[in-house]
Amino acid sequence: MSERDRPTSVTGAQVAANREPATIHLTLDGRELTARAGQSVGAALTQAGIRSWRRTRHGGRPRGLFCGIGICYDCLITADGVPNLRACLLLASDGMQLTSTGPESTPTTDGGAA
Amino acid sequence: MSVHPSGITKQPSYDVAVVGGGPAGLAATVATARLGRRVVLIDAGAQLGGQYWRHPDLSSAGAHDHAGHRDWEVFEALTERIRRHRQTGAAVHLAATQVWFIEPPGPDTGAPAWTLHLAPTCGVQDDRMPRTVRADRLILAPGCYDRQLPIPGWDLPGVMAAGGVQALLKGQRTLAGKRAVVAGTGPFLLPVAAQLARNGAKVVAVCEANRIGRWAKQPLALARTPAKLAEAASYGWSLARARIPYLTGTVVMRIEADSSGNQVGTVKLGRLRSDGGVQPRPKRLEVDLVALGWGFTPALELVSASGAETRVDVDRSLVAVVDDRQQSTVAGLYIAGEATGVGGAQLALAEGELAGIAAADATHLERSRVRALGREIRRLRAFAVAMHRSHPVPPRWSEWLTPETIVCRCEEVTYARVSEASTRLGATDARTLKLLTRCGMGWCQGHVCGFATAALAAAGQTRPLNAEDLRPLAKQFPCAPVPLGSLLED
Ligand SMILES: Cc1cc2nc3c(=O)[nH]c(=O)nc-3n(C[C@@H](O)[C@@H](O)[C@H](O)COP(=O)(O)OP(=O)(O)OC[C@H]3O[C@@H](n4cnc5c(N)ncnc54)[C@H](O)[C@@H]3O)c2cc1C
Ligand code: FES
Repeated sequence: MSERDRPTSVTGAQVAANREPATIHLTLDGRELTARAGQSVGAALTQAGIRSWRRTRHGGRPRGLFCGIGICYDCLITADGVPNLRACLLLASDGMQLTSTGPESTPTTDGGAA
Repeated sequence: MSVHPSGITKQPSYDVAVVGGGPAGLAATVATARLGRRVVLIDAGAQLGGQYWRHPDLSSAGAHDHAGHRDWEVFEALTERIRRHRQTGAAVHLAATQVWFIEPPGPDTGAPAWTLHLAPTCGVQDDRMPRTVRADRLILAPGCYDRQLPIPGWDLPGVMAAGGVQALLKGQRTLAGKRAVVAGTGPFLLPVAAQLARNGAKVVAVCEANRIGRWAKQPLALARTPAKLAEAASYGWSLARARIPYLTGTVVMRIEADSSGNQVGTVKLGRLRSDGGVQPRPKRLEVDLVALGWGFTPALELVSASGAETRVDVDRSLVAVVDDRQQSTVAGLYIAGEATGVGGAQLALAEGELAGIAAADATHLERSRVRALGREIRRLRAFAVAMHRSHPVPPRWSEWLTPETIVCRCEEVTYARVSEASTRLGATDARTLKLLTRCGMGWCQGHVCGFATAALAAAGQTRPLNAEDLRPLAKQFPCAPVPLGSLLED
């Protein structure tokens, strides 16, 4: 879609995507990764061979992408300090700092959604 | 938690609001705008297309081949028309925006029109984005997602929904694994396997739980939809060319971790006997990706929130009740696409257009088009029924569960706890089972385990699954995650 096809009302994430370089540099817990412009955080992690970035609250089980389309919430990640974002929907952006979640900080649903 | 009363922020107002930018929502938007109504199209996706036409971000992805996309020219024609309607101001598109709550008009709410509460799909609220919109008529076209059944080990990383594996390929050009097994039931397993192979993965097997002979019992529906047959044949040919074994009557009955313990390593197969029971097969397959799908199930949270009537479809999914104009049981609310019963993109297109014409009050002006759409919908619906009858969920699927198998992934509820609640603690219905075990009460609000939990609740009482089992698991509030600030008065 060309620029004029951009929606009448855009969100911040999309405006950012238009200004991204072709190769994006980001980090997960300090480890450097690259992504293509327009790629989701979940896709970039998968491409780098990283399959989980969260541990469950009770069993400490590893979790990553499952549904791939934003409905299962298995892929929650912290990006630039904002917790509980869905990695499968979140666009990678240059300089983004991702943090994985351990069982001790895995959110409960009672604490309110982000 | 209190929802702030409408009318505090400035609310843009429209004749019609369409939720969902897949085939159904796009067709609905174009029809409504063509008939002179002002329409707002709200879609969670950053780009239009829904699941069927999911594609990479074209502004940054560079050249893109649409080999994996069917009917791409239909998508281009629809988005071109929406672009023109946007230029004249007849249509507005709110992208990457989720509707998290809807308030119906009427005496109960005191509102003269539908009020939709919006939140960004990802990240923080943007000042330029309206927090609510109002519309006299509402068309819901929220689509569907992969239906899942629990399997021992299905929560290991490397196990994914079949549609999610395909979404990574179609939307992100990213391969989810190198050595895959694709399993479950339904024609959708074929394109997923074919696309994995085309992109360089080794697909060690497609496990189809049902036997293809079931289709032979549906000759009429097949004869009326030759295009669907040709499509299946072309995928069959792709599989044969890539030498991918297509194992019918076969299920993945156990998934085990690799030596790291942190991701999938092997799967164990089972054969479905003619009495429906599962018999383990000695064979194990080494894989790093398991793609699972048991057909699709509609996203019904907005439909449930609207108060519209629901029913159980042939495939045992909960779906919205609509009449022959796509009108729901609630006045002014129209529903189109997979939400009225899973049936594919062509059916979604026809239903979307009909919903658009009806919401624009133009069925009397467009009589011949309405009749043609009605015929198309009946023909494609007959095919969908044949598909559902040919690919049912195995009736005795719970036999492959072990006591430790996770049923609800979010709350980590095991099958042992579900069994205990339904046999010893008196959870004789799905609502009580949910409350006692927390199945379906985690982040995904039952999107993933809802069908299984409802089916286990019914099985615990040795009765067939009914709408009352499915309904408590389809009610979700909020309907999408919402920034905390939006729930407070601001
Ligand atoms: C992952 C996946 C892949 C699929 N791939 C194929 C395929 O390759 N071929 C095929 O024939 N069928 C495919 N299907 C089946 C089916 O999705 C298509 O038949 C078709 O896309 C259905 O059209 P639709 O308009 O009803 O829904 P969809 O195309 O699903 O569109 C619904 C849209 O509504 C949006 N939405 C939902 N809830 C909200 C909300 N609360 N607020 C805002 N927006 C919302 C969604 O983000 C989505 O963009 C797939 C299904 C899934 C789940
Ligand atoms: S993978 Fe399911 S929400 Fe992201």
